[in-house]
Order: sequence, then structure tokens, then C-alpha cells
Amino acid sequence: MNVLAFTFLLWIGSLFAGFLGALTGLGGGVVLVPLLTIFFHVDLRYAIGASLVSVIATSSGSAAAYLKEGFSNIRIGMFLEIATTLGALLGAYLTAKVPASVIAIIFGIVLLYSAYVSRRTRPREEIAQAPDPIATKLKMNSSFPDTTGLRTYNVYRVPAGFGIMFGAGALSGLLGIGSGALKVVAMDQAMKIPFKVSTTTSNFMIGVTAAASAGVYLSRGYIDPALAMPVMLGVLIGSLMGTRVLVKTRTKSLRLVFSVVIVLLGVEMLIKGIGGKF
Amino acid sequence: MDSLDNPKHPLSNADWYEEQVENTIAQLLRGGVLLAAVVVIAGAVLYLGSSPLAHVSYRTFQGEPEHLKSVHGIVRSAFAGQARSIMQLGLLLLIATPIARVIFSVFAFAIESDRMYVIFTLIVLGVLLYSLFGSFLVA
Repeated sequence: MNVLAFTFLLWIGSLFAGFLGALTGLGGGVVLVPLLTIFFHVDLRYAIGASLVSVIATSSGSAAAYLKEGFSNIRIGMFLEIATTLGALLGAYLTAKVPASVIAIIFGIVLLYSAYVSRRTRPREEIAQAPDPIATKLKMNSSFPDTTGLRTYNVYRVPAGFGIMFGAGALSGLLGIGSGALKVVAMDQAMKIPFKVSTTTSNFMIGVTAAASAGVYLSRGYIDPALAMPVMLGVLIGSLMGTRVLVKTRTKSLRLVFSVVIVLLGVEMLIKGIGGKF
Repeated sequence: MDSLDNPKHPLSNADWYEEQVENTIAQLLRGGVLLAAVVVIAGAVLYLGSSPLAHVSYRTFQGEPEHLKSVHGIVRSAFAGQARSIMQLGLLLLIATPIARVIFSVFAFAIESDRMYVIFTLIVLGVLLYSLFGSFLVA
């Protein structure tokens, strides 16, 4: 394929990835690497590099919009970033040590798990217990604007959330993804933070997490400017469009569509990884 | 924050301050991404204009040349007018954006006298700077 056609097709594909990623809070990166490797026949390491750079663009671009809405919790984000950045550093170092086929298999599992998480509906039981004393000490309990006005919330199980965040960071560094699904699991499921606050704070954290492994990637030559350019510009514009829709639409049907896409890509990554096609 | 609930309700100092911080971070992130995108697009125009019909393939990993792998090399070759280096400079600005945000947060928490969060933020900043410069030293 020639430069012009390749760049244009990649830009369109990335635009869709960014749009869906922002809408679901799962990030565009989770579909970018399979998109690049399966459909554009890009080497896994170049794909991971381009994906990671785009993840920073998505996170920073949409965090700006979310912050103005008042959904993000900066304190929760900053505290948990200690875990995600340390994990990201570890993950980025592991990328050079782990064979490509193993990375592909891990990627497939992460995709299937992301889809499973996004489909699982958790009954929102009202928790009567007192918030985690650690959360109170770290000033994490806060409020966010809801349809009915300002809604306050408490934060639970901080150590469990911190632990999952380290794992999310390691996966982010290993696979060049934002690990949005795992970050949302840590906040939404473990720490019982309201879904909208979880997804937006997750988006906010992803950029800092990705920056922690980007330096390692750059020095290893994983980041190719001509490949990352259309991917980054596409994902950025797509995610900005997706962010605008998030506040208005119900996420239910969209998450279903996105989950199906993720499952298909996950199965493909698993098959190719097991078959040693990377 | 409170003002969304009742516009006439006077904000407390802390709430007003936090809202200012959030607005500034939002502008910082947006500005950084916008600047990065403009530089990447400038490089892209040069790159696509120079050889639009050349064959391209990323099937095999070769790694990037030395001048695209370090901050110093990227800046120098970008100012020499190389299209790929200009795009890489834009990507470098993008990587720098979250780092700038963390640096800003250090000062924001310091002004608020929130020593605990100043320390948390400095830890995060340390990890980020180690990644960007520590790995270059090794490489």
C-alpha cells in the first residue's frame, strides 16, 4: 500500500477506535493494537508504540472536557497514579523480555476480560457501612453533579483498589493500552466509586500512566512517527467526539456493541498468538 | 461544584480554589494536546507531500534510527527540518503534557498546604522523569 492510502485508512480506523473508546470509558488503545496488527499487518512492537502515544492523546484530550463537568476526582486519581506509574514502568521493561506471541495471548485475554467486565451488571446496593478510614484520611470522599443535583459519595477498600491499579499499570506498559477496563474495575467495583466518576477519573489517569512507559518505548525505538501520526490524530478527534456524547447518551446499548467488537478481536489475538503468528 | 446546585450560593474558599485548579489543569491538558497535534500535522504535511506514493510496510520491526530515540536527537533533527523528526517532536510534546500536569499539581497542592498530596504527586513525578531520562541514560 502507498503512504497516502495507508495513512488515510489508518486515520479512519483510529477515529472509530477513539470514538468508541471514549464512549465506553474503555479507551481506544484496547482495540488499536488488534486493529493495527490484524488489519494493517503492523509489527506488534510498532503497534504497541503507536497505541500508547494515542492513549496519551485520548486521555489528555478528554480529561480536559471531563474536568469541566466536575466528574473527575483529582485526589483519587493522583494517589492511584503512584500504583499505575510504577506498574507501567515494570510493564514497559517486560515488553522487551516477553516473546511477541505471549504478549498477543495476554492481549487476547485482556480483551475478553474487558468485554466481560463491561457486560456484567452489578446491582447497585446502597452501602450502609462507613467509608474506608484510609479514604477519609486521604480526603477521597467527594461529590459530583448528577441529574438531580449534587450527589455525594464515599470511597471503600483503598488497598484493594491500589493493588489492582498496580496491575492495570503493568498491563498498560506491557501492551501499550490505557487499561481503562481494569482501572474502572478498581474504582467502580472495589472502591465503590460511582460509575461516571470512575470512568472519567480513569480517563484522567491513563495519560500519566502511559507517559510512564512512553519514555522506555521511545528509547527502544517502538514509536514510529509516520505510523503514530494518523493513529494519534484519528484517536484524538474520535475521542473528543465520543466525550461530547457521553453525558447525554445511555451507555448500555453502546457498551453491548463495543463488547462484541472486543470479543471478536480478543479471539483473533488469542488464535494468532497461540499459532505463533506474531 | 456547589455553584451548579445553586448559582447564588457563595463558594467556600477551598471549593473556589479547587475549581480554579481544575480549570487550569483542563486548559493545560488541552493546550498541550493542541500544540502537539499542530506540530504533528505540520510534520505530516511535509511527510505526505514528499513521497505520497512510496510503498510502506510495518510488517517487520527494525527499530527507529538513533535521532528519533532521544529527546536531544529528536529536537535537533526536527529543527533541521526533517519531516519524520517534526512528527516525532509533536509526539514528544504529547508525552510531556501529562508530565507538565503532574508538575502543576505539585504546586497546586503546595499552595493548598496539602503536604500529603504534595508527596504523592512528587512520587509520581519521580517515576515519570525516571522513565523519560533514566531509560535514555541506559540506552
